[in-house]
Amino acid sequence: MSAVPPLSPAELEAHLDAATALLGLTVAPEARASTLAHLAATMAAARLVSGFAFDDELEPAPVFRP
Amino acid sequence: MTASASVKSQSSGAMEQTVSAALARIATHDGRVGAFTDVTADRAVAAARAQDASGAGGPLAGVTFAAKNLFDIAGLPTRAGSKINRERAPAERDAELVRRMEAAGAVLLGGLNMGEYAYDFTGENVHDGPSRNPHDLTRMTGGSSGGSGAAVAAGFVDVALGSDTNGSIRVPSALCGCFGLKPTYGRLTRAGTFPFVHSFDHVGPLARSVRLLSLAYDAMQGPDAADAATTTRDPEPATASLEDGVAGLRIATLGGYFAEKGEPDCFEAVARVANSLGADRAVTLPEAARARAAAYVISATEGAALHLDRLRTRPDDFDPAVRDRLIAGATVPAAFVAQAQRFRRWFAGAVAKAFEEVDILIAPATPCRAPKLGQTTFTLGGETLPVRPNLGLFTQPISFIGLPVAAVPVWLDDGLPLGVQIIAPPWREADALRVARALERDGVAGVRVPAF
Repeated sequence: MSAVPPLSPAELEAHLDAATALLGLTVAPEARASTLAHLAATMAAARLVSGFAFDDELEPAPVFRP
Repeated sequence: MTASASVKSQSSGAMEQTVSAALARIATHDGRVGAFTDVTADRAVAAARAQDASGAGGPLAGVTFAAKNLFDIAGLPTRAGSKINRERAPAERDAELVRRMEAAGAVLLGGLNMGEYAYDFTGENVHDGPSRNPHDLTRMTGGSSGGSGAAVAAGFVDVALGSDTNGSIRVPSALCGCFGLKPTYGRLTRAGTFPFVHSFDHVGPLARSVRLLSLAYDAMQGPDAADAATTTRDPEPATASLEDGVAGLRIATLGGYFAEKGEPDCFEAVARVANSLGADRAVTLPEAARARAAAYVISATEGAALHLDRLRTRPDDFDPAVRDRLIAGATVPAAFVAQAQRFRRWFAGAVAKAFEEVDILIAPATPCRAPKLGQTTFTLGGETLPVRPNLGLFTQPISFIGLPVAAVPVWLDDGLPLGVQIIAPPWREADALRVARALERDGVAGVRVPAF
């Protein structure tokens, strides 16, 4: 599976601005650096997951039944 | 606390005396510990007197408990560690597990401090102040069930109820030095508790002994249509087999991911447990780092979806450390979340395969002993990382697939405790508790009462 490329800091900021606008959320100036740091960490985790070789048949587990 | 609770009557019965002593200890010491956000003294004394008068027994007769403040307690707003939720109307009834604890004879002493909306591993709270580690008041309890760990460790209660989405029972159990049980996902009803991440939210007990942990767990089992995730399996009591020892159980230590990013102490605690149990083999779970990453993505995004309206309308009323993580999570593309849920299925299958060869897996609960309050970073495996999300790096892959875990406290020296996870296959809490009890009996795990 091809890896999702990481975003540059400027791309990450552009994503945050676009996505928060879409969701009706506001990021205060003093919260911007912290929010971007959390977004970078969460996207790094998402990229790691996305790099897995998924079978097309693999079902999600939205409600896990052990 | 009310005068009626603090003055012991000459003619008070055994339970009233127990409750009065506990309330007095809380009144004397909790100002420094910060375990409780509400002490329900009048209710506790009334319940104790009723128990003394009726002579009613029950498996938890004589036991005191308190509940993380995301559990509904009739008459109190369920604040879930937040400023926003404390404006809610008081709960009209108790959470189902509070009710079941009382039905078994335990007496409720109040609601406990926690990290805001449970998105926390530190036990710090900007609105109520931190819960402080009873063994060193300058240090964290761990979270998010920080008040639960502190209340048990301080000797304020015998049992505390907590919740665990990514480690929030196991982390404070480890840092405060008490026993904790995160049951199988779906084993105990969450009805009447405020959620965080429905996919992973578990509830369970912390206690000062394995027997109390097991008795509380048994008392709380059973179906509940009010929680969609609660199992319809019959209860499988654990207390009857608690003294059976570990004979017949195949036990292994987790290697790989679970033996890397931690201070040497946490691995020493695991080695001590493994030696005591005669566990001389190691098992490596495939893709554990990816499992943790997937849990991280689902928590951030599902948590954000839960709080989206509050994030939109009242961002300034959140703890900034929680708000900024949630807003970041809200912006993660849905495709990544769907992949994380698909990966969850894969990882559950891979771990099930590992459990064909072993019955119990051992791993650290936290990568270090309790950090200082206010500490924001630590160094693990040569890498400097933020404390808040990373105290749970060993617990998160396990709750991701709902496995039952008993956390046991290990004391390597006269310093602070560490925790070890005793991990079992789904629905085999009884085996995890058997192992925990064997460790307690052998003096390898146990609770120490702090000198206040």
